[in-house]
Amino acid sequence: MKYLIIESRDPFDSGDVPQLYALAKSLRADGNEVTLFLVQNGVLAARPSKHSDALSAVAKTGVQVLADEFSLRERGIAANRLAGGVSASPLDVVVDQLAEGRKALWH
Amino acid sequence: MAKTLTFALMDPPYEDARSTTALRLIDLALRRGHSVNVFAYEGAVYLPFAKQVPHPNAVHGRDVEQEDHPNPKNWIAALLALARQNGSKLDWVQCGLCVDERGAAESIEGPRRGSPADLFKFVEESDNTLVIPTR
Amino acid sequence: MAKKILSIIESAYRATLEEQDDTIVWLTHALKGAGASVDVLLRGNAVNYAVKGQDASGLAFGDKRQTQPPRIDEDVAKLNSKSVRVYVVEEDVADRGIEGRQLIAGLSAVPRAGLSKLFAEYDQVWHW
Repeated sequence: MKYLIIESRDPFDSGDVPQLYALAKSLRADGNEVTLFLVQNGVLAARPSKHSDALSAVAKTGVQVLADEFSLRERGIAANRLAGGVSASPLDVVVDQLAEGRKALWH
Repeated sequence: MAKTLTFALMDPPYEDARSTTALRLIDLALRRGHSVNVFAYEGAVYLPFAKQVPHPNAVHGRDVEQEDHPNPKNWIAALLALARQNGSKLDWVQCGLCVDERGAAESIEGPRRGSPADLFKFVEESDNTLVIPTR
Repeated sequence: MAKKILSIIESAYRATLEEQDDTIVWLTHALKGAGASVDVLLRGNAVNYAVKGQDASGLAFGDKRQTQPPRIDEDVAKLNSKSVRVYVVEEDVADRGIEGRQLIAGLSAVPRAGLSKLFAEYDQVWHW
């Protein structure tokens, strides 16, 4: 199965974000194809920082970790200097993956 | 291949980035030729509220025209027009009870009053559904 | 056959006094009534919705008293009677110091490690 998890919250502000990272890893460990798409303040974790190692760890499990290009630019985060395993992406990917029929949940 | 996507929204305008991201997604979906259903629940029923009015910005030294302050009702009107131009569909339903309790009945042309039964119908008839919750 | 939906509720006590409901628990009742196939997973602070004996009565502003306070535990319990399965995340309950005997009857506890398997049973997974 394929999943799309849209993370709009960031670990600096929300104690629940690590649970969503863990959910993404768990879904992946069970053989699912998983995209974790960071949007809005969710991209704050994509800048190399105190919390970005946790995000890189998610990517290391094979979860595709993407960060909305617009949200990155809006926050002055350089798209070519993101935490390991995180790639900048247009928001179109969300629409495409919804159209693909992925189970999609927004956090 | 064109699909039908349903979005359930909850946030009112001017309170959270989610409402803008939702409109970005709807815009992208329509540009790709997909049809879109929107179930506006709770505060989201204020998104197409007809009485939104732009204002100047004295802090930035801009008059009304210069500030060109967005009113989401105009963004939604533009999305409805985009759907018509593309030959796809944007069906925007406002949860009726949410409208009533908020006094938000005056909407731009296009959105229609509905109920959770419409959300159920949307879900059943569309290819996928994304709930964008509030906090 | 209707699509099978797992509706995850995390946000808790948001405007419940004004609404006299949790609006997602309410929506779940309404969708079920419309014919939806929907179950609920309570996670995060929303696990507190399953605690028995919540009492929000007594709110008054001037001489305007609230006559129908929310009774969220009862609303959640009624989901069971409509064949809506209500799951709670075990660790979220424990983390909040809630003991099993404090919870309404009829819940299905699921560990965090079991969520992936649970999600696989549904066509759509919504998160509120």
